[in-house]
Amino acid sequence: MDMRAGSTPAENGQAAFRDALIAAGLLIPTGVDGLYGRSGAFEDVVERFNDLITTWGGGDGADVMRFPPGVARHQFEQSGYLKSFPHLAGTVHAFKGDERAHQSMLRRLEEGEEWTDAQMATNVVLTPAACYPVYPTIAERGPLPAEGALVDVYSYCFRHEPSLDPARMQMFRMREYVCVGTPGQVMDFRQRWVERGRALMESLGLPVAVDLANDPFFGRAGRMLAASQRDQGLKFELLIPIASAEHPTACLSFNYHQDHFGLLWDLRTPDGAVAHTACVGFGMERVALALFRHHGFDAKAWPAAVRAVLWG
Amino acid sequence: MRQPDWQIAAGTAPRGGDAPAVSAADIRALLAESGWLAVDASALSDEDDLYAAGLTSHGSVNLMLALEERYGVEFPEHLLRRRTFESIAAIRSAVAGLLDGAPGAG
Repeated sequence: MDMRAGSTPAENGQAAFRDALIAAGLLIPTGVDGLYGRSGAFEDVVERFNDLITTWGGGDGADVMRFPPGVARHQFEQSGYLKSFPHLAGTVHAFKGDERAHQSMLRRLEEGEEWTDAQMATNVVLTPAACYPVYPTIAERGPLPAEGALVDVYSYCFRHEPSLDPARMQMFRMREYVCVGTPGQVMDFRQRWVERGRALMESLGLPVAVDLANDPFFGRAGRMLAASQRDQGLKFELLIPIASAEHPTACLSFNYHQDHFGLLWDLRTPDGAVAHTACVGFGMERVALALFRHHGFDAKAWPAAVRAVLWG
Repeated sequence: MRQPDWQIAAGTAPRGGDAPAVSAADIRALLAESGWLAVDASALSDEDDLYAAGLTSHGSVNLMLALEERYGVEFPEHLLRRRTFESIAAIRSAVAGLLDGAPGAG
């Protein structure tokens, strides 16, 4: 085991699990915590799990949308993300200088000096959650149909939270179903997915618990937002022990945003009321890691019942 | 520093700075100026539910920060809750408790 000086037992456990995943070839290190390549075996599990989500949710007739892992900066700015999570956001910057600036950048790079301060913000921000491009897209369509809107999205996401925990990656994939409609429609959607999500994950032979949760809001104001979110029962997570038994990892989340995005994007139900929204999110790498943790690093040796669910 | 007459009249002990005492009228005025409510703050009773009146989670955070600046206080962790800001009366009670140096009083 890799015992790092000054680390907590939890961190040692996370680092040991990460090192074991790397040694087994499932994750490919890059030298940056939370930024990994994935092996073919790892990707096979992610792809099979992605198909399993469709098996359970595909019958609902969701509108499939696939966005690149960047959102338009103007949409990001309007989304309010910076109010709640300034510490997690990643903006894309690029060189916009002339030849003189280029020479200066190369000289500083050569001499080991800071060179990134001349990089300029582009109109692309790294996607913080797969559903962020959905709300402005639905808003563009005008008032919702009577049955509301249901969207299926899947994207790599970025959150700036480098960690030794392999289950807390900086770049990871999130599959989501997003519901936009009346409060009744979106609450029904969320309840349906809490039950489905639990049954889906139990079919994989994983130990699951569903619990009240909050988002990692920034600062003192964030502590109040988190308490408010909990008081109102707006976020639930499906937890599975991965790197630690005491601190299980959120692998799915079930979120009711009330009219937060409806007000931001002027989403309207047919009668003109502000629409409510909810989403279910699947942390793809986390689910794969949970499977490797509980069933072993060799997927071919997993229990037959689990293999049958994923590979038929 | 000379205390304003109204503070002396109200029997408020002089404080280190010039932090004012807290009244429901002051809080109502703060809410009226803020634009955080969907209704006219002057029409609210002290007990009315501010969340029902349109106060959002982010609005309550801004309200908390505005109260801290206005009264020179800092809300401790246990008061960073939704119900601390649920009515004018609740806010007045919490701020008064902080001004009295008894954070638990809120």
